[in-house]
Amino acid sequence: MTVSTVSPGATGVWGAIWHGITRSTSGFIGLCIVAGVLLFAFAGPLFIDTRNPTDVTKIWGPATSEHWLGTNHEGKDTFVQLVLGGREPIWVGIVAALITVAIAVALGGIAGYARGRIDHFLLQLTDITMTIPFIVLMLVVASFYRTASPMVVAFIIGLVTWPYLMRSIRAQVLTLREREFVEAARLQDLGTARILFTEVLPNMAGYIFINFIIAITNAIYAVVGMYLLGLLPSTAANWGLMIQQAWDNNAFLVPSAVPFLVAPMTMIMLFQIGLVTMTRSLEQALNPRLRDR
Amino acid sequence: MIDRSAPAPAPALPPDAPGPDPAPVLSLNGVHQVFPGARGDVPAVAGVDLEIRPGTALCLVGESGCGKTTTARMAAGLAEPTSGSVLFRGRDIAAMDRKERSVFRRAVQYIHQDPYASLNPVRTVYSTVSAGLRRHRMVADGREARRVTAGLLERVDLTPAGDFLDKYPHQMSGGQRQRVAIARALAMNPEVIIADESTSMLDVSIRVSLLNTLGRLRDELGVGFLFITHDLAVAKYFAWEGEIAVMYLGKVVEHGRTPRVVNDPAHPYTRALVSAVCEPDPDLARTKERVRLRSADIPDLTDLPPGCDFHPRCPLYAPGACDTLRPPLVRGHDRLLACHVVGRG
Amino acid sequence: MTDPRTEPSADPGPLLSVRGVDIAYRTGRRSRVTAVHGVSFDLHPGQSMALVGESGCGKTTLGLGLLRLLPRNGLVPAGEILFRRKDGSTADIRSLGAEELRRFRWSEAAMVFQGAMNAFNPVLRIEDHFLDTFRAHETGRPRRRAEIREESAHLLEMVRLDPARVLDAHPHELSGGMRQRALIALALALGPQLLILDEPTTALDLLTQRAIVERLSELREELRFSMVFITHDLGLAAELADRVGTMYAGRLIETGTTRDIFYRPRHPYTAALIDSVPPVSGGLVVPESLPGGPPGLASLPPGCSFAPRCRHARQVCGERRPELEVLHTRGDGLSHAAACLRSRELAAEGATRD
Repeated sequence: MTVSTVSPGATGVWGAIWHGITRSTSGFIGLCIVAGVLLFAFAGPLFIDTRNPTDVTKIWGPATSEHWLGTNHEGKDTFVQLVLGGREPIWVGIVAALITVAIAVALGGIAGYARGRIDHFLLQLTDITMTIPFIVLMLVVASFYRTASPMVVAFIIGLVTWPYLMRSIRAQVLTLREREFVEAARLQDLGTARILFTEVLPNMAGYIFINFIIAITNAIYAVVGMYLLGLLPSTAANWGLMIQQAWDNNAFLVPSAVPFLVAPMTMIMLFQIGLVTMTRSLEQALNPRLRDR
Repeated sequence: MIDRSAPAPAPALPPDAPGPDPAPVLSLNGVHQVFPGARGDVPAVAGVDLEIRPGTALCLVGESGCGKTTTARMAAGLAEPTSGSVLFRGRDIAAMDRKERSVFRRAVQYIHQDPYASLNPVRTVYSTVSAGLRRHRMVADGREARRVTAGLLERVDLTPAGDFLDKYPHQMSGGQRQRVAIARALAMNPEVIIADESTSMLDVSIRVSLLNTLGRLRDELGVGFLFITHDLAVAKYFAWEGEIAVMYLGKVVEHGRTPRVVNDPAHPYTRALVSAVCEPDPDLARTKERVRLRSADIPDLTDLPPGCDFHPRCPLYAPGACDTLRPPLVRGHDRLLACHVVGRG
Repeated sequence: MTDPRTEPSADPGPLLSVRGVDIAYRTGRRSRVTAVHGVSFDLHPGQSMALVGESGCGKTTLGLGLLRLLPRNGLVPAGEILFRRKDGSTADIRSLGAEELRRFRWSEAAMVFQGAMNAFNPVLRIEDHFLDTFRAHETGRPRRRAEIREESAHLLEMVRLDPARVLDAHPHELSGGMRQRALIALALALGPQLLILDEPTTALDLLTQRAIVERLSELREELRFSMVFITHDLGLAAELADRVGTMYAGRLIETGTTRDIFYRPRHPYTAALIDSVPPVSGGLVVPESLPGGPPGLASLPPGCSFAPRCRHARQVCGERRPELEVLHTRGDGLSHAAACLRSRELAAEGATRD
């Protein structure tokens, strides 16, 4: 049996992740899709004319060589809107997921490891948080602010969605803390924080990473859903807003307007599918027991 | 009724070996451990006295469920005795302040049975072994940590150390992993190592060399060992110059110098154990005298028989004291023994 | 009374005859790794044979392969496993069809797996396991439950278990030793001629182990079945086996009578294994350590697989692979064979046994 001579100390965790993703076909395809969507949304705007004026002569125009995906109800170019509209939902998704995961990991880890009264208190906190009606909260926010900044949206999503992940992390920490290697670390008098963050949590890295990505997908759906419901007033081009506008203007009744509805939906789905397939390979990359097989 | 009244202070082992014994580093004084169970309290350990001295080995043998692991965990401070005390350098560990406790924590190390579970799968050997060194500032910088870790690996015969430093547990065999666990314990400069069945999951061929490694730590570094095993051959080899204590249902029934206990067992339970061993010698296996027990069933800890715990199975059982009075562990001419019949004769 | 183990005169030939068997595992679409290489041995009726060696030497694979109980990716690409059936015909287990194989197992040859807990279905009571076993092999009129229960009770009594308590228990309600005995009773249910036991006493307590060892040898006298048992415990082999086969890196490297193996081992590996376990009785015997471990099956060294660990190895050992060679044959037809290029030389020097 050949044991990998490339130690992660030399190539780093990112090397291991890269190796893990690229060695499996589905992981690689997922990575390509995600990278493609990210490039499209973040680098795309650099290559096109971002001015997209309203042109009443071109309302619901069909796809042409000039307007690849036709034009919308205001006569704006759909493709340009598509390029410009990805940044915001993706950013919101990532920031919201970071906040959710950070809170969930910190509180879940502490609750599971400390047990007792701290655990009890934190569980109460999750119960309270879980009862906050998300949509109503957003309605309130929307009524206070004329235009909610995407980052505010991200924070709110992050602050209300952590309890679910926190509970499953707590449950895993509860079982991990009983493992012998954790007891061995206690025998070394390593200190609680250190044991939690360097012995227990790294064993859940794959799980946390996957949940980070799931949190991104959830946050994107949440923000798109809110735009669709018209809860978030926004002026910027944005995939969620595009779907809402298409819906509001009955785009599904106009054959030449179909791209305006389908294109943003396709981008969102592609991104989500890419993320999910990539995660499956990532789990293998982050689990050393699976890595060298 | 279970008699849990504290016995008289532990009688010291009769001096059989020449020279005075060094003072014990770790001692257990009448420790009890009672676990609450569905069918009543389970007295897993009921009054055990043991002393561990520097550079010597004390083997605790017995069958599963006899309380040897619970005893070991209490000795390591991993479980708190229900009653009785554990003394480290004469100080009760339950009464220690933070600083003393930290000294005790590092001086008494515990090696688990399963080297697959006791190493963190996501950390390299270097990271595992050096964690304590770095945490307790026993090394100045990363380079020194690496050097010291390499030295520790060589001490436990993982040579050349450079081949192992950056390996993950899953890249090593069971024997190599167990050596890593030992190196990690050694990093704390322990005075006592408590090894709980640490060789039982390994192949015989690897077992011997691991025992030799541990034996060198005992002889060269003066580490005291509390060695838990169910394997009499292992106990005999590792503690030939030390002592063996035989446990049955939470109590020590026989305790003495290893050669005496193994070659001339006195307690009927010890005799049954010694005679039950499958010897790697066909002629000996066929001629060896076997002790026949009256019953194969071990009594339930929640429902112990009156008198001596062993009497329902004991071939020497005689009505009278055996089924009414619990025999205390008393000092005989060359060992401690808890038996009415043998003790008398 | 004659001892069936040493009296082969009434013997119409071997019960089990293993000829050049290879066992491999598929590891990918086109790749496979061979876990057992060209194993041959005969087992006569009433005999018991121990397969010993370190973990990863192919003992368990061989045991499973003999009854074709290998996991899905396992296969027996070469060799013959000839078995003399109860009706006197000889069948090659390798070529039995699925239905035939199902009938053959348990009624003619049964396996007692390592880890008795996993062998039982946790949601079924012990009685249900007996019921299933009997029903699965029934021909003709199905028997009544009470009838089967009575027979099961009898089997449990044979292994010294209290049927009233055990039959209605679930597996987890029994201790490890009781489960192991119940498993042996279950294996004996249909009166097999051959019992294959994989580490039958590992993980059991000393006194429980002793009870099982004694019961097994008594039952063997009584029911006259043959046994192949796989163990890393040489003490168990010394006690229960008439013959011992040592396995290393997927090959049978030495076979002989138990006394030959323990008193006159002719392969340095067998000798090293024996030297690594000291007896409990008597003075202190310092065991020899055998450093290193068996080679990975995918990267066997050229020549003798044991050469890299062997203290008697010479250059030739790393170049030529020794075949199992008969060293001498006893009057009763049992022979002692070893696969070592230097075995005669070492025996003459007295090096393989001090």
